This record gives sequence, structure tokens and C-alpha cells, in this order.
Amino acid sequence: MAKITLDNLAHSYLPNPASEDDYALKELNHDWDDGAAYALLGSSGCGKSTLLNIISGLLQPSQGRILFDGRDVTHAPTAARNIAQVFQFPVVYDTMTVRDNLAFPLRNRGRDEAYIAERVQEIARMIGMEEMLNKKARGLTADAKQKISLGRGMVRKDVNALLFDEPLTVIDPHMKWELRTQLKKLHHDFGHTMIYVTHDQTEALTFADKVVVMYDGRVVQIGTPEELFERPEHTFVGYFIGSPGMNVIPARIDGNKAYVNGSYVELSQSYRPLSGKVEIGVRPEYARLSQTDGLPVKVRRVEDVGRHKIIRAEFFGNDINIIADEGEQISADMNRVSFDAGHVNVYANDWRVQGEAA
Amino acid sequence: MEKTVNQKAWFLVLPVLLLVAFSAVIPLMTVVNYSVQDTFGNNQFFWAGLDWFREMLSSDRMWNALGRQLAFSGIILAIEVPLGIFVALNMPKSGFWASLCLVLMSLPLLIPWNVVGTIWQIFGRVDIGLLGYTLHAMGISYNYTQDTLAAWITIVTMDVWHWTSLVALLAYAGLKSIPDAYYQAAKIDQASRWKVFRFIELPKMMGVLMIAILLRFMDSFMIYTEPFVVTGGGPGNATTLLSIDLVKMALGQFDLGPAAAFSIMYFLVILLISWVFYTVMTNLDRKGA
Ligand SMILES: Nc1ncnc2c1ncn2[C@@H]1O[C@H](COP(=O)(O)OP(=O)(O)OP(=O)(O)O)[C@@H](O)[C@H]1O
Ligand SMILES: [Mg+2]
Repeated sequence: MAKITLDNLAHSYLPNPASEDDYALKELNHDWDDGAAYALLGSSGCGKSTLLNIISGLLQPSQGRILFDGRDVTHAPTAARNIAQVFQFPVVYDTMTVRDNLAFPLRNRGRDEAYIAERVQEIARMIGMEEMLNKKARGLTADAKQKISLGRGMVRKDVNALLFDEPLTVIDPHMKWELRTQLKKLHHDFGHTMIYVTHDQTEALTFADKVVVMYDGRVVQIGTPEELFERPEHTFVGYFIGSPGMNVIPARIDGNKAYVNGSYVELSQSYRPLSGKVEIGVRPEYARLSQTDGLPVKVRRVEDVGRHKIIRAEFFGNDINIIADEGEQISADMNRVSFDAGHVNVYANDWRVQGEAA
Repeated sequence: MEKTVNQKAWFLVLPVLLLVAFSAVIPLMTVVNYSVQDTFGNNQFFWAGLDWFREMLSSDRMWNALGRQLAFSGIILAIEVPLGIFVALNMPKSGFWASLCLVLMSLPLLIPWNVVGTIWQIFGRVDIGLLGYTLHAMGISYNYTQDTLAAWITIVTMDVWHWTSLVALLAYAGLKSIPDAYYQAAKIDQASRWKVFRFIELPKMMGVLMIAILLRFMDSFMIYTEPFVVTGGGPGNATTLLSIDLVKMALGQFDLGPAAAFSIMYFLVILLISWVFYTVMTNLDRKGA
């Protein structure tokens, strides 16, 4: 178990990267706290696997250092780092039985057979494969193989960190929930540093103490699920977290007012003049439809999704979403929208701008 | 969906059928015909039943040739398969050098058999051949026309030189199909180089290796031109492999009857060994599943 420090880290798959665009992972400084559970969230191709492979030593970064508890391991081989990693695609040793697959990492480290047998049994119970221990791994279903991969990742107790690269993608929803619970329990019992890559925000938000959101090779925000929800630091975080995502509307800011097409929205803070692409972001949860308050809006469609209603509307030429309580009556003459001033964020060139007390 | 029945489709198969008949079935039948008849010349034949088969089975000549043949195929397989795998494992995975290796390794495969034979025949000569002359100058006695061991070493080396590339190329194709994630997982699991080979590379290569072994076995079991050009079956009968012996019998001595019986048994042996090999390998494969 260790604190993992990334110092000025960056990586490009090209031999001679010229511009920033050539980097799959842009310069990054970050401490992964010892014993914390992180979810790494981001869309496809944003560099999540690249980051994990650098931490585990499968990939040498083109720049920067990696420290485990202050010790420089940038050039240390994978074996010396003592890290467990589960890959995006299931990897099993076809000719071995399920039992030998699970025992493999322990045998390679020369643990004694009694310990191995006990540990394999425990893991088999966790992944629900006790019945299949003597089967050959070849010919098992994709989700069984994925469970074996996962089990091999969890079998060692003394690892510095556990890295999971979307380990549950091919597993059916019920089993997914079950395994996620097991992983949380594992984390609780042993306190490993865990990094869990996923596309799926619910998975990220339920699993992790802290969520790391990546976008285009860059870490755009690290925070608790609440922070990501309330104060997305980047418009991408606003879009990506929440369902539906944050409404982003082009605006002109003047002090504590945001002008949209001549009308204005009140802000809770005051801002200096901003240049570049200026937008306001407000979550559908903090927008309210009514007959009298706020600015005109054209309602297109109301969707009832059970817990609440989602109103799809047009606001000065921009598509916006508004969330209303399930019990709320939406009538045809409700054609105004108001925003909760405390929850309107201001963005310049996609990054959030901090205001001053008005 | 209802299948339409149309017997006319048979006509489409007819050309192939005719071709196979002329190229394989009819010649085979003439061989069968010879194998059950005897002649005293003058193109007069009479029925001999299975006499030729009986005679061949009790003659040392065929058994000795078969023994030499099995030894030859066994030796070249035992060298070419491990060597081919070793070469494949050490080839560059991509880029210019990989392409260069592929081209260089394909070269021996493109040379006609009799040319290969001639190359080695000259290469090994003590008077003018680079290899023979050098060995001789170093004081090593090497003369493939007189020494049995030297003759065997020469034809085995020649076959290894000619065909190891085939095994290596097939094994290389098998290796290239292994996704990176397997190697990465092995690193995480701290598997040794040997275990990576044993549990990842070998299982993934098994399919192509089986094909390589079958091809090399059948081909080496029928080998004729190369050793014939180099040693002519000598010294004595030391390198007289099955097909060389067969040609000697059929064309040298014109013993058509025994030669025909010999060919048929030869054919059956190849068929049998290939079938046994294939069945064993596929069964091993299935048992794993
Ligand atoms: N071996 C490689 N060689 C060259 N480019 C690569 C390589 N692996 C990844 N890339 C590129 O680097 C970028 C980041 O890839 P990475 O695999 O880290 O993304 P990811 O976030 O894991 O995506 P996904 O969610 O699809 O797994 C992508 O643009 C990808 O095309
Ligand atoms: Mg990935």
C-alpha cells in the first residue's frame, strides 16, 4: 500500500511529439492518497488506460516521474512495483484450470501451497466460481473469463495498488452489482489504494471516495461526487456527470448579471470582464418552469422517467433540459424558466471562473 | 426455407471430377492393376493376387528403407519445429526489420528442389565446395560420398536449411495474433519468460504448429529430389529413402509388380500416420475445452 505521486507526468505514443495534440496524456501532477478508492471517468480514448499502464509500469512515460511513497519508480519494472491490474478485455490462461489461473500470481511469487489453496478458495467464493475451479479456462463464457481476470487481480493481499480497467463491461447487470459490492468490501477490509476506470458514471459515483474526470488526455477535475455535481470545473464534467447533463448556454457576463440575447440571468457572484468563449452552466435540477418567473422558454416535450419529469425546451435558440418533480403539473401556459442563482456557474473557454462576492 | 432440388448441379462438379480422375484416380488404378499381376515381358500379364504384397512385406529391403525414412522425418521434425519456434520468437515484431526478415526467410522456400540439391551437392564437395573444402582444410574428415554419417548430416542440414523458414513463418503468424493484453497480464502476474512461452505463446501457436508439423511430415516422408541429387541414395544404401528406393525398383530394375505393391503401401502409411496425428492432436485440443 502506498501513496502514488505523479510528478509532471506526460505521455505520447509518438517518438517525437511536436505539439500538445500529440500527447495521449497531457502534463499531470497528482497524488493518489494511500488507501483511497478512486474512480477514473472519461469518454473513450481520453487516456485512461494509458494512465493506468504508466502507473503499473507497462508503459514508460515520455516525461515526468512516478513516486511510490516518495520513492522514484519511474524506471522500475512492473514486477518491482507490486501492483495488481485487471484489463479491459478478459485475459485468462487457456490451458490452465480456473484454480491454476487464480493461483498463478501467487505461485509466481513463490507463496506456499497451503496459503495459495486457502486464498484461491476465498477468491472463488467472492467471484462465485467455486463450482468451476477444476474446469479448464478455455471454453468458458466471456463473463466467466472476466471474473477470472478480476479474481487474479484480487488474489494478492500485499499489493501497492489495485488498478481496474473497466473490469465489469461484459458482465450482466445483476452480477455487476454483486461484484461491485465485493470490490467495495475488499477495499474496506484491506484498504488498498484502488483506481477504477469506467465509462459509467453511476458505477463511478457509487464506488469511489473521489472521482477523477479525464477529457482529451487531461485530468479536468478531481473531487467527491458532490463537488462534481455542484461545481463542475469544466463544461465536459457538467455534460458527463448527471443525467441529463448540465445546460450550457452562451452568455455575456457583466458584473453579477449574465446576458442571454438581451435578457439577463441573476448570478450570485460578481465577475470581472471575461474574454473568449463565455458560457453559463446550470443543472436541470436547478432550473424551474413556471407561468410567471424568469425568461421565456418554448417547451417541446415532457418525458416522465419515473422519479421525476424531464422537460426538453428551447431557450433563446439553445436546447435546455429542466427537471420537475414527479407530482408537479406541467401546463401549456408554463412558458418561463428561472434558474437558482446560487447554482449558476460561469465558464470561460470551458473552464469555470471563480467570481467575487457581489 | 425450402431447398430446391436440382440434380443438374452435378454437372458443375463434373470438370473437377474428370480432372481428378485423370490426374489421380486413373494412375492410382493402374498402380493397383500392376500390383496384382506378374509378367515375363512381352506385355503379357497374368494374375498374381497379393503375392507382391506378401513378398514386399517379407523383404528386408522395404523395411530398411522405411526405417531410414522414419528416422529422417523424425530427425528433421525434431530439429525444424523447435528451431522454427525459436526463430519466430526472436524475430522483430514490426517495422522495417520484420519485413526484411520475412523476405530473407522466404527465399529458401522459393528455390526449386533440384536446385537446392545441386547447391548442397557442390557446397559439400571436398575439392571445390566451400563447406567441404573448409572442413577438410581444418582437418575434419568429411566426405558425404563415402561416409554414412557425413551423408546423413548433409541431407538433414539441407532439409533444415530449406524448410525451417516454413515452420518459423507459420509460428510467427501464430505469435502475431496474440493480443498485447496477454503479455501485459503476464507481467502483472510476474510470470517468467518460460511461463509466458508455456502458457501464452505455445497454446496460441498450437493450431498453426499442427499444420506445420503435418506439412513437414508429409513432405519429408515423400522427399526424393534433394537427397537423390546430393547422395543418390548412397553411400551404399545409407540414404536410400522410401521414394528413392521405389524409383530404383520401378524404373531402375523395372520390377513393376513389387514396385506397385510398394507404392500402395507407402501411400497407406502416409495416410495412416497423418490421420493418427491429426486425430490425436484434435482430441487433445477438445479435451482441453
Ligand atoms: N499502443 C498505442 N499506440 C498508439 N496510440 C495509442 C496506443 N494506445 C492508445 N493510443 C491512443 O492514445 C489515446 C488514449 O488511449 P487510451 O487507450 O488510454 O484511452 P482510454 O481512455 O483507455 O479509452 P477506452 O475507454 O476506449 O479504453 C487514444 O487516442 C489512442 O488512440
Ligand atoms: Mg481503455
